[in-house]
Amino acid sequence: MSFVLRNVRPLGGAEVDIRISAGRISAIELSGTIATDGAIEVLGAGMVLLPGLVDLHTHLREPGREDAETVETGTRAAALGGFTAVHAMANTDPVADTAGVVEQVWRLGRASGWCDVRPVGAVTLGLAGSQLAELGAMADSPAAVRVFSDDGKCVWDAVIMRRALEYVKAFDGVIAQHAQEPRLTEGAQMNEGAMSALLGLTGWPAVAEEAIIARDVLLTEHVRSRLHVCHVSTAGSVEIIRWAKSRGIDVTAEVTPHHLLLTDDLVATYDPRYKVNPPLRTAADVEALRDGLADGTIDAVATDHAPHPIEDKDCEWADASPGMLGLEDALAVVNTTMVESGRLDWAGVAARMSVAPAGIGRLSEHGRPIAVGEPANLVIFDPSASYVVDPNAGASRSRNNPYAGRELTGRVRATFLHGDPTVLDGELVARSNV
Amino acid sequence: MKRHLLSAADLDLPDALLILDTAAELAAVADRPVKKLPTLRGRTVVNLFFEDSTRTRISFEAAAKRLSADVINFAAKGSSVSKGESLKDTALTLEAMGADAVVIRHSASGAPHRLATSGWIRGSVVNAGDGTHEHPTQALLDAFTMRRHLAGGVGDLAGLDVVIVGDVLHSRVARSNVLLLRTLGAKVTLIAPPTLLPVGVELWPCSVSYDLDSSLPTADVVMMLRVQRERMSAAYFPSAREYSRRYGLDVNRMKLLQPHTIVMHPGPMNRGMEIAAEVADSPRSVIVEQVTNGVSVRMAVLYLLLGGSELSDGSNGVPVSEGRPL
Repeated sequence: MSFVLRNVRPLGGAEVDIRISAGRISAIELSGTIATDGAIEVLGAGMVLLPGLVDLHTHLREPGREDAETVETGTRAAALGGFTAVHAMANTDPVADTAGVVEQVWRLGRASGWCDVRPVGAVTLGLAGSQLAELGAMADSPAAVRVFSDDGKCVWDAVIMRRALEYVKAFDGVIAQHAQEPRLTEGAQMNEGAMSALLGLTGWPAVAEEAIIARDVLLTEHVRSRLHVCHVSTAGSVEIIRWAKSRGIDVTAEVTPHHLLLTDDLVATYDPRYKVNPPLRTAADVEALRDGLADGTIDAVATDHAPHPIEDKDCEWADASPGMLGLEDALAVVNTTMVESGRLDWAGVAARMSVAPAGIGRLSEHGRPIAVGEPANLVIFDPSASYVVDPNAGASRSRNNPYAGRELTGRVRATFLHGDPTVLDGELVARSNV
Repeated sequence: MKRHLLSAADLDLPDALLILDTAAELAAVADRPVKKLPTLRGRTVVNLFFEDSTRTRISFEAAAKRLSADVINFAAKGSSVSKGESLKDTALTLEAMGADAVVIRHSASGAPHRLATSGWIRGSVVNAGDGTHEHPTQALLDAFTMRRHLAGGVGDLAGLDVVIVGDVLHSRVARSNVLLLRTLGAKVTLIAPPTLLPVGVELWPCSVSYDLDSSLPTADVVMMLRVQRERMSAAYFPSAREYSRRYGLDVNRMKLLQPHTIVMHPGPMNRGMEIAAEVADSPRSVIVEQVTNGVSVRMAVLYLLLGGSELSDGSNGVPVSEGRPL
């Protein structure tokens, strides 16, 4: 099937028409110059065209917590958010610490067809931090795992971390670290600072993140491997990563949409919608994260989309599960916080939300230039459409949306995955043929 | 007044004075042969205690009963994590039974806030101590006690020098006292080893010191907080003896106090740890009186939350007309 995208602006540039056929971009011409020629027309009306977004950090919850999310519902949410590839985190039940589990997740992703699903393999057996999982078997499986993470748990043991960093060099893997010193965060409920003192909630100090990142970049330098830092949340972490990069250490980092927008004073509501790990930080941290994302210290935006069923949030703060939805509103949050403030242009957004994450995950078909012959993984985004977030309107099975009731700017109008639309006019497209 | 009492910060100066003045009037009831008023007849007060606290529960129970309310004690052992009933379902149950006020004690900071703001119940919520957050009625009874001894039993506490000593980090009593005493105009100094002060305490409306002896000579009130011995195992301090030597109120330190200075403790005390037995039992100690005042203050809170709306019409909010309790 062929498509002609009319009047779209690749990376926010001049308006063009784009023909998509056989899964690839087959022509890019001046607006109005490509003949329809039996293709389906999609009217861009001057909207922004970006390469399909790539998420390095998604919790799809399957297998094990299908009451929170499934590969099917999670990838629907991804498509609506403009994503064409997601990395499914390993903290499922059973944990994705064997070739069997990562292959299962990979096959579920293929069957759903809403976006490409790249499983993340656990670093250690059962995320327990003591024994390496069979990283090579997961890398060699059809799922071709390249990103390994114990996300939710920190690989706190320096020797295990060192070995993991060394071992994955054999197959060009990367260790994605959830940086959280466990002893400093026992019972931690929120960012440690003025708000935690007032609210009587146990603090999660910034140093617990920064100390692990500092250790890990030095380990990475020592064994000449590749490190990715998950969900950077503090100003100090940005400084350490900036320093590490200036030394030539092969470290990359991600920031979540919620850490770019929300601050810890929201915890004063004791509403567990705002409970997340790492926790929401201060306005000064948010500023530093935006700066870090703008100057490239932070390479990527990753959602840490973490669905939870209602009962896991409809309770006391201390009992609630940490985590927030992110896929469907990520691009609007980045638009609102980074583009509208002039800190990133659209090429910058493409770099942080598609090119860099695809590179870190070693995805060859994503994060590509918008050029003839390239795979047609694309998203059309209307940067001026504002909306009030309705947590009940999403495709995710869960409702723990931290932006509920908040006005954001920018909406995904269409998403193309390997040449076929998954979203048109902001709605999912039935995909019986995939 | 607001519909709920969740934090001492909910009370502005007129509210705080109204509660203290009402409590003073209601205290007289305790001196009567029949210690009961018909004010809250037909109203239901639920004591919802997720955490053991016999003294606080009994205090609220006595307060509600003296106002003729029907009292239901609901001891919910454990929380939703330990596979009991969830807070939400408990709240829905109480709502279905027609609770007019829910007095809640919970180990989780913010649980009363959740109860009040989640739409689960319509009644008033009174925080009777939540985790390491707040205990506003304790602060009210402390202020009531200070006022009685040091301010002639009327008005605010402007200029009063209050020293609060001990485990501020884990103390809901300290948090509520700092907030309420600021509203009432007192000057508060928190004293603790640095490990038992929260990060961020420097932003609180009070001074902070690591040294007890230098603060005692000017104090009008010395409030000792309970220090749990198990804090030792988490390395907050090296030993009970060392804590006691550096931060305990013993006979020698008591000699540094001015003649009028009173000694307070929210209880239960660790005699020999944060406070010496000689001090606890000295004439300066108002610890037992704090308990008595607790009932009066809680009567005032329940009275004003449950009956205040129909009494304050056309007046300045002070109880008047047939609803007047005296």
